[in-house]
Amino acid sequence: MTEITQKITRTVEIDSHAINFGPQHPAAHGVLRLVLEMDGEVVERADPHIGLLHRGTEKLIEYKTYMQALPYFDRLDYVSPMAQEHAFALATEKLLGIEVPERGKWIRTMFAEITRVLNHLLSLTTYALDVGALTPVLWAHEEREKLFEFHEAVSGARMHANYFRPGGVVKDMPAGLFERLSEWVEVFPKFIADLEHVLTTNRIWKARTVDIGVMTAEEALAWGFSGPCLRASGLPWDLRRSQPYDMYDQVEFNVPVGRNGDCYDRYLVRVAEMYESLKIIRQCLAKMKPGPVKCQDHKFSPPGRAEMKRSMEALIHHFKLYTEGYHVPAGATYTAVESPKGEFGVYLVADGSPRPYRCKIRSTGFAHLQAIEVMSKRHMLADAVAVIGSLDIVFGEIDR
Amino acid sequence: MSFFSRARGMLGLELLSGMALTFRYMFRPTVTLNYPYERNILSPRFKGEHALRRYANGEERCIACKLCEAVCPAQAITIEAEPRNDGSRRTTRYDIDMTKCIYCGLCEEACPVDAIVEGPNLEFATETRAELMYTKDKLLSNGDRWEPVLAARLELDAPYR
Repeated sequence: MTEITQKITRTVEIDSHAINFGPQHPAAHGVLRLVLEMDGEVVERADPHIGLLHRGTEKLIEYKTYMQALPYFDRLDYVSPMAQEHAFALATEKLLGIEVPERGKWIRTMFAEITRVLNHLLSLTTYALDVGALTPVLWAHEEREKLFEFHEAVSGARMHANYFRPGGVVKDMPAGLFERLSEWVEVFPKFIADLEHVLTTNRIWKARTVDIGVMTAEEALAWGFSGPCLRASGLPWDLRRSQPYDMYDQVEFNVPVGRNGDCYDRYLVRVAEMYESLKIIRQCLAKMKPGPVKCQDHKFSPPGRAEMKRSMEALIHHFKLYTEGYHVPAGATYTAVESPKGEFGVYLVADGSPRPYRCKIRSTGFAHLQAIEVMSKRHMLADAVAVIGSLDIVFGEIDR
Repeated sequence: MSFFSRARGMLGLELLSGMALTFRYMFRPTVTLNYPYERNILSPRFKGEHALRRYANGEERCIACKLCEAVCPAQAITIEAEPRNDGSRRTTRYDIDMTKCIYCGLCEEACPVDAIVEGPNLEFATETRAELMYTKDKLLSNGDRWEPVLAARLELDAPYR
């Protein structure tokens, strides 16, 4: 009997190049934990881990009346609060079957567009910051501050506005805001021009973004893209155009479309969208007429202060609304708006009680985030940062 | 690509003109405020620190209807009430947990007697968490402190409410 003494040699390769990108990394746009498997400086696999900002919004909403549920929407995508409120307000209106007065619709359309500018200002400039351009972000925060002042003037809060309500908006615009807005609309294009001046043709900016994270139109559709990210890939899909809500069917605007679907095109589309938003705001200001801003049926929206103090019926309505809320007839709806980031949808199921039975939120960033893997594959590590920046993800809405 | 943009690129002019623009920005008037000494104007609707108001004769406005408690989405308000010696119904306890509050302004909207309001004060940071559990005394003293401003704000906003 011979003993087998043959040695088996194996080569074990220890790959120490799995790195954690985030959750504390400033370029991770919040609390994204991205586990990157690296081959040298090249990304082999990108694995996003989410859930660090989970607050259980959807479940919480099931225990709130429709009025109480609204502030939760500000806190989803905290960069564009009013666009989220818009989706919930529209969904509730659809179930209730109530009509918003014209002025209410104009104000909502206008503030949805102001929110779009607000969002793009932050997303573009922090994107630039991530790839090394520090200046634009400082400029943009100054401009954002002006927009926050408009938010504060109507709602009393700079970000978490709680301004749009099912049936209209809370209060009319205060005196003087119309003039301030008209003035701002005229001077703001100068700022976008300056932003473009330092970025659009800049060779460093182009070197970092052109042909990075390319998504073809087919891929973008397959991954569930929407909004500017989808339009950058060449598909002119815009919910404001394809299924207009509020006053979007009465304003004229173009839908900017990119061609290559790379990071640079996503930047260009967003810049062009800011010009279009300004166009819409201008038209809203021109077409707005005095009138009621919220539904006049006091079963759904509270009566005015003076009326409430005089009339017993109004007082009863007031008490009913702020304690029990209104009963929403049983039914279900999926209502989506074109939020600055893309399609933001609310699937609302009502069972006839004053609280939603279920409220599913279709967040925009979730679909975009899952494509990080395909977009950053075989790119350099620094390009993964550009990809994240160009997708414009916010964790408030992804984790909900 | 046109000849000029090609030449521009070769000479690096787009970088230089970008730098020139940022340089020009340096000479613009500053927009920053020297904060504790200079402040921005707040709109009359600003939702800041809460206060409980009184009538001109010193009687507290709150009648313990508990609408604010019912409407508060964060359930930050706790109220207990019983009839006072003179027979009127008043709160014996009115607590707001300021760490729970989300400053949505629904309490102010709900109050039928304009008792609870969200005032203009935004500087109420504290060193301990316990100090943010506001009691009725604290809220009433806030009301006394801010009353002139609060009344002016409500008057300004009255046409829209």
